[in-house]
Amino acid sequence: MSARQIPANYRIETVKIPQDVIASKMTAAGYIPDRELATALWLMDSLSRPLLLEGEAGVGKTEVARALAETHGTKLIRLQCYEGLDQSSALYEWNYQRQLLAIKAREGADADAVEEHIFSERYLLERPLLASIRQPVSPVLLIDEIDRADEEFEAFLLELLADFQISIPELGTITATTIPRVVLTSNGTRELSDALRRRCLYHYVDFPEADREARIVLSRIPHIDAALALQVATMVGLIRKEELRKSPGVAETLDWAAALVGLEVRHLQDDPETVHATMMCLIKTAEDRSRITPEVTARLIGKVA
Amino acid sequence: MRALRQSEGSLGASVRERLVAFVRVLRDNGLVIGLAETHDALLIMSEPGAARPHRLRVALRALFCNRRSDLQKFDDAFDAFWFTRNTRSVVKLAGVPTKAQAGQFAPRTGTSDQPGAGAPDPVQRGEGDDTSQGGRGTREGASHVENLAQIDFRHIVAPGDIAAAHGIAARLAKSMRARLTRRMRARRRGQILDLRRTIRSSVAHGGVPFQLAYRQRRHKPLRLVVLLDASGSMSLYSAIFLRFMHGVLDCFREAEAFVFHTKLVHVSPALRERDPQRAVERLTLIAQGTGGGTRIGESLATFNRWHAKRVIHSRTCVMIVSDGYDTGSTSQLADEMAALRRRCRRIAWLNPMIGWQDYAPEAAGMKAALPYVDLFAPAHNLASLQALEPYLARI
Repeated sequence: MSARQIPANYRIETVKIPQDVIASKMTAAGYIPDRELATALWLMDSLSRPLLLEGEAGVGKTEVARALAETHGTKLIRLQCYEGLDQSSALYEWNYQRQLLAIKAREGADADAVEEHIFSERYLLERPLLASIRQPVSPVLLIDEIDRADEEFEAFLLELLADFQISIPELGTITATTIPRVVLTSNGTRELSDALRRRCLYHYVDFPEADREARIVLSRIPHIDAALALQVATMVGLIRKEELRKSPGVAETLDWAAALVGLEVRHLQDDPETVHATMMCLIKTAEDRSRITPEVTARLIGKVA
Repeated sequence: MRALRQSEGSLGASVRERLVAFVRVLRDNGLVIGLAETHDALLIMSEPGAARPHRLRVALRALFCNRRSDLQKFDDAFDAFWFTRNTRSVVKLAGVPTKAQAGQFAPRTGTSDQPGAGAPDPVQRGEGDDTSQGGRGTREGASHVENLAQIDFRHIVAPGDIAAAHGIAARLAKSMRARLTRRMRARRRGQILDLRRTIRSSVAHGGVPFQLAYRQRRHKPLRLVVLLDASGSMSLYSAIFLRFMHGVLDCFREAEAFVFHTKLVHVSPALRERDPQRAVERLTLIAQGTGGGTRIGESLATFNRWHAKRVIHSRTCVMIVSDGYDTGSTSQLADEMAALRRRCRRIAWLNPMIGWQDYAPEAAGMKAALPYVDLFAPAHNLASLQALEPYLARI
């Protein structure tokens, strides 16, 4: 056997694993995914299914959609759900003012012709859902906090996600030019229907482990020391284990890290008082504030070391 | 993506069969999986991206799991099915009778602590006590059913009467639902023209009332969350309440049920079983679990921590059915009641003992909880259950 022979496992090593490719792209876009999320994103593309992200507030669910749009170089179209969200604000609406003006301008003309004219595309206002299926390049459609919308809206959404066409009574059926990549997020304030869950890929976004959170801090906060980033991440992880009413999210971690950098703290142990004073970035309710006393902060800092 | 769609043919028939069997195991464990998902799973299996077991696991998990509680079930089933690891859990998985098993366990307690199946059934126990309570359940009268409604559940002992009482409890729950929701629907349709806003907006259109503004009261349907104490001291009552809960869950569009003794168990999925007898039987098995006191405070803590956010919205009535005998810490009970109070619209505490003569809420737990309770009502017979309806209608 010659020394130049290629090892048997060589080819397997060079096969590009799609989820790794996605992971590195997402990292470049500023979101550091774990393996499971990368897999879910890959499947989302290959099976063309929507992705349902669940998790506590502040774990970066919305950020996933933003980074995904960036990796594909497309637009992010966002639909924020709320109670009472209806079709006119989610799908389309007629531009009544312009229609009225048009009627005034054409007074005396043939009524049928006027009607034909005012119910044309020119007078149609696109809302997020309609906009998302009429893009030249397939966009990322983020349906944020779907659990806040009513069940009726959920049923309607399910229909849209199944066949990607919208029928407008005055205009006819509009079929999708491109199928958007759909990301749904839920905070779990209401149980979603089984049908919607079944259609979607599911990923539970947990708070990142200390290592990954440190990498997130490093990528987002310029000039931060790598050691401090890890300390910050570990500290936040410990605070989340304290039974707080509102656990700090990743955005809070970033705020806190930025505050520490701004105050030129190099090491958490150096200045426990400043560290405690900056806790306001992390702790957002009076009850939690009273629970995290300076002594608790000192104890946690001691654990970080 | 299109390449993926073509490559499924490369899989052998045996792999397909294995996959179908795996999907069946998952379905038996309560995961909701359709044909389309199975088909997509085949596509995934023929991909290089899923060529290794751990990659396949992650990929199939994203596809098959629908909620957080599914994740652990999936992992267990995956190990058991493909690696024959955790042989013990294989046995358990095979023994799961229907998908109603889903969600019976308190979060994060794993699947190993299911109470023993040999626990006594309170209905049975009631029958055994026949001699001591001398058949007071069978009274003569013009309307036997009406009488039955007045009798304390403790004294309903004849098997026929028990069945009748259960039937009434179920029907009661049904009729409560019918009336409550009918009222809501009538309100929903009440669409009133908002004249003020219509005229205001017509100014912009030269006085033509073009945009009509409507006023419509949006009503969330009332959601009922029942927490039932199934400890030993309540055993004479829990069977009939379980039956009532079954009726409630069957009929209310939005209702959740929990059972607690030393820990809290979410029982809505099990209660949704069609056959009421079977549902109640299975539940009594769960409910009569570990014995050894009641930890109301701890159970409420579990509820607040894990379930409250999901099951409570602004129009929720939490109904706690308990006699208030708490073996846990009273201060914790008070804290958790306060936390619950902040969350929900109404707390009703039903105590079967109120119906007894000379009862005063002396139990320490009951005293601690009372300040946070909106309605403290008896629940010792069917009539007292019926009396709840007007209260619920007002919420």
